[in-house]
Amino acid sequence: MLQDLVDWYADPANWQGEDGLVNRFVEHGLLTVTAILVAGLVGLPIAIWLGHLGKGGLLAVNISNVGRAVPTFAVLLFLALGPLGSGQLGPYGRAGAATLVALVLFALPPIITNAYVGMREVDRDTVEAARGMGMRSGQLLRTVEVPLALPLIVTGLRLAVVQVWATATIAALVAGPGLGRIVTLGFVRQDVAQVVGAALVIAVIALLIEIAMVGLQALVDPVARARRTSAADASARAVGKTL
Amino acid sequence: MAPLSSAANCLVRNEWVCPEFFSTRSSQLTDALVEHIWITVVSVLLGLVVAFPLALLARRYRKLEGVVVGTTTAIYTIPSLALFALLLPATGLSQTTVIIGLALYSLTILVRNIIEGLKSVPEDVRESALGMGYGRARQLFGVELPLALPTLMAGLRVATVSTVALTTVGSIVGYGGLGNLLIQAVDSQFRAQVLAAGLLCVLLAVAFDLLIVAVQRVLTPWSRTQTRTAA
Repeated sequence: MLQDLVDWYADPANWQGEDGLVNRFVEHGLLTVTAILVAGLVGLPIAIWLGHLGKGGLLAVNISNVGRAVPTFAVLLFLALGPLGSGQLGPYGRAGAATLVALVLFALPPIITNAYVGMREVDRDTVEAARGMGMRSGQLLRTVEVPLALPLIVTGLRLAVVQVWATATIAALVAGPGLGRIVTLGFVRQDVAQVVGAALVIAVIALLIEIAMVGLQALVDPVARARRTSAADASARAVGKTL
Repeated sequence: MAPLSSAANCLVRNEWVCPEFFSTRSSQLTDALVEHIWITVVSVLLGLVVAFPLALLARRYRKLEGVVVGTTTAIYTIPSLALFALLLPATGLSQTTVIIGLALYSLTILVRNIIEGLKSVPEDVRESALGMGYGRARQLFGVELPLALPTLMAGLRVATVSTVALTTVGSIVGYGGLGNLLIQAVDSQFRAQVLAAGLLCVLLAVAFDLLIVAVQRVLTPWSRTQTRTAA
C-alpha cells in the first residue's frame, strides 16, 4: 500500500492536467479565499454592528444551529440543479457558482456567531468607562470594542476557513471543482492509491491551515495566548462540525 | 384532469416539490432513513463510549489532556470526504468506514465537553462527598457525572446534529443513508429526490435534538426550573 502511494505521488501524470493535483489545488485554494473574503465582508460588519447595538443575539445562535443541521451535500446539489446550474465558472471550475454560494453560506455562521459573541463579551465596565470619557459610538466601536473582540473574531475566521476548505472538498460529490474531485475519481476508478493520495493532501493542508490560523490568533492578541484553548473550545462547541 | 395524471406530471416535469414522489418511492425513502438513523446512532454511541474513558484519563493525568484534546482536534480538522478516503485501505467500502469516521468526529466534541463538565463540579461538592465517605466510583457516578450532565448533553446535541448532516457524505462509500438518494440525483438530476432527502435530514436532526433535550429533562429534574441554555 505504502509503495503504491509513493508511486502515485512520483507519477507526474497525477500532478498535471485538469485532474492533476496542481490544477485542483489552485481551484480549491481560489474557492476558499474568495468565499472567506465574501463571507467576511458580508458577515463581519453585520455581526459587529449587531454586537455593538446588543441586538440580534437570538439570530446569531439560530444561524449557527441551522448551519449545523443542514447537510452541505444537499445544499450543493440543490444549488447545482437549481438556477445556478453546474456550468463552468472561469477559474473556479465546473459548478463553480453553486460551490461558491454554498461555501459562503457555510462560512457565515462561524464568522457571525463568534464576532457577535466577541463584541458582547467585551467587558461592560470598560465600555461604560469609554462612554464616560466622552467617546462617541463610532469611536467606541473602533478603538475599544473591535480591538477587544478581535481574538474571537479571528477564531470565527479560523473556524470558517477550516469549514470552507472542507466544504470545497465535498463539491466533488456534485462533480464540482477542487481536490475532492481527485478522490471521487479515484473511487470511480477503484484506485485506492489515488483515493488515499489525494485525501492525504487535503488532510495535511487542512491541518496546516488550522495551525497557521492558530498562529495568527496568537499574533493578534498576545494576552489571548493563555486563554486560547478555552476560547477555541467554546467557539468550536458553538459551531460544531457540519462537514 | 385526473389527480393521478397531474401528480405523475410533477415527476415528469422534474419539479422540486412533488407529493407523488413520496408515495411512489416510499420504500426507498424508508430504507435510506433507517440506514441514516442507524449510522448516526451507532457513530455517536461509539464516540461516547470511547470519549468517556479518554476524558477520565485526561482528568487523572493532566499531561494527557493536551494530547487527547490536541489529537482529537487535529482529526476534527480533516474534511469528512478525506477522512473516509483515508480509512478506505483499513475498512474498505463498508458501513464501518462511515461509522468509524463519524465516531471520531463525535469523540472530539464529547471528550471536550465531558472534561469541561467534570471541571465545572464545585470543589466543595467533591469534598462533601469525600467527607460523607463516598468512594471514587460512587463519587464519580453519584455526584460528579450528574452535575456534569448538562455540559455533556450539550455536547451530545451538537455531536448528534452534526453527525446527521455528515452521514450524507458516507454515500461516497455507498453507505450514506439519505445521502445515497442525493448521490443518485447527481446523475439523474431528480429534483424532488434532492429536496425530499435534504428536508428529511434536517427534520431528523431536529427530531434527535428534541429527543436529547427531553432525555436531559428527565435525567436532570433539578434543573427544570432553570431556563434552557443554548448548546
